[in-house]
Amino acid sequence: MSSARPISEIRPPQAQARSSLWRDAWHRLQKNRLAVIGGTLLGALSILCIAGPWLLRVSYLEQNLDLGASAPSAAHWFGTDTLGRDLFVRLLYGGRISLGVGLCATFVALTIGVIYGAMAGYLGGKIDAAMMRLVDIIYALPFTIFVILLMVFFGRNIILLFVAIGAVEWLTMARIVRSQIMALKKMEFIEAARSLGLSNTRIIFRHLLPNALGPIIVYTTLTIPAVMLLEAFLSFLGLGVQPPMSSWGTLIKDGAEKMEEFPWLLIFPGSIFSLTLFSLNFLGDGLRDALDVRAAKD
Amino acid sequence: MFRFIFRRLLQVIPVLFIIITATFFMVRFVPGGPFTAEKAIPPEILKNIEAHYGLDQPLWRQYFTYLGKIAHGDLGPSFKYSNRSVNEIIADKLPVSLELGALALACALSMGLTLGVLAAVRRNSGLDYLASSLGMLGICVPTFVLGPLLVLFFAIHLGWVNASGWYTAADRVLPALTLGLVYAAYIMRLTRAGMLEVLHQDYIRTARAKGASEFRVITRHALRGGLLPVVSFLGPATAGILTGSFIIETIFQIPGLGREFVNSAFNRDYTLVLGTVMLYAGLIVLLNLAADVLQVWLNPRLKFE
Repeated sequence: MSSARPISEIRPPQAQARSSLWRDAWHRLQKNRLAVIGGTLLGALSILCIAGPWLLRVSYLEQNLDLGASAPSAAHWFGTDTLGRDLFVRLLYGGRISLGVGLCATFVALTIGVIYGAMAGYLGGKIDAAMMRLVDIIYALPFTIFVILLMVFFGRNIILLFVAIGAVEWLTMARIVRSQIMALKKMEFIEAARSLGLSNTRIIFRHLLPNALGPIIVYTTLTIPAVMLLEAFLSFLGLGVQPPMSSWGTLIKDGAEKMEEFPWLLIFPGSIFSLTLFSLNFLGDGLRDALDVRAAKD
Repeated sequence: MFRFIFRRLLQVIPVLFIIITATFFMVRFVPGGPFTAEKAIPPEILKNIEAHYGLDQPLWRQYFTYLGKIAHGDLGPSFKYSNRSVNEIIADKLPVSLELGALALACALSMGLTLGVLAAVRRNSGLDYLASSLGMLGICVPTFVLGPLLVLFFAIHLGWVNASGWYTAADRVLPALTLGLVYAAYIMRLTRAGMLEVLHQDYIRTARAKGASEFRVITRHALRGGLLPVVSFLGPATAGILTGSFIIETIFQIPGLGREFVNSAFNRDYTLVLGTVMLYAGLIVLLNLAADVLQVWLNPRLKFE
């Protein structure tokens, strides 16, 4: 038995340190009660929205005109709308659209913002100044107005909706990623990567961005509710998802029109939507505290 | 400071120019025009109408004619409301939207600041928790859910106010409250955080040691520093209130410019779309500038650059 182990058996300490950073964050997150509640609710809602419609085997289109609008009952938990369609089922289908739009548009915003911000931060100097000036200018524009115009003029296409919303929401992500990259690129491991002769693309994607992952995750979680809010805003103006498909925004719009006689048509979609925003916001806040991200604040 | 304002104002011109150009060509490259109505108009009449509005000219000429007109402050005739100019429509509707916006902002500031300061001063008290939960509610319940719910309760159930309209002072309460509440929640959170940070500073201890009353310490010493985060939020907040009024004007059927803008887009009323977009863009850019100036003025550590 030799006391010295062969070198191949010694695990690099770095891998362990990194996993414990994420493990620490996980423990901190679990202690945050509001974030845990938010995460659980969100998980439950997503599972319900994805699996529910299959299990219930009721179409969101199925009408029952004889029944008409009926108050919540054992047969229809959340009541039915004026065409006799089950509101619970419609909410589940609407959730697919709302959550789906939230995720897809956030993905668009994430991609644009991360690439733009990383390039500006890494290249620095005049290019950075010009790129950030552009962001400042766009920031000051009334972008909601442009999204409205786009939706009115180019038809209410759901793909266009992702792109339009994503194109509005990338700015803050770009700013956050840029400030992270600016701080990271002065560190020694980047100098080492450069002296190894790695390409800029490789340095950005393999070395810089993984280290900026915390703020990116946190801000992504906080972008989803903003995106969902914008989608619902558009749907409420009649510019979002078109019937017979329904998002939570369109359901709220319909409910608001008929609330005098059938208040449940407004109250259930409104509560579910608010509950989702609540969950996402508190999960995001909790993640920010757990990962100790300061930059995402501004 | 005046150099700063002047330079920023110069920057507004190219921004507005880009907006006008982008909007002008965007609305034109879209199928359907202001006169593709439900019932077909005989082609001869359509030709006459188009000639009357200059729509038969080549697009680039229309563009330069339009630029020349707006340089003189003329936004052109509306296509949908015959015999009315865009200037008249804006002059008619803008005051309503501005009044709504100003009331909402006043509502947001008064509630947000008061609750935020009180929550910070009485930290971890019942009041603090109440303010925090109100803030949470304001952030999670969007205006288009809150508005109808308030109508349902205060107008339909209790019958205290009208459900819609814009005639009496009482008609202003629900719209302003709905629009302002979300921003009140954000302002509350920012004020609370800002005040908590400031209240730990040495100069606050100095003020207390000098024997200043608690009220004076807070209002004269702490508030100026504690409000800085709120001031930097004012730019985005006013922009949000302006666009948020599209929804509010729809819910409460208020005859403001926001509703007019959405309708004009549906109606393909080119000149009215362009006029309102330009006006909103200009307003938002100017309000952002005002917020920036206010921020530097309150915080001498920042400089006008």
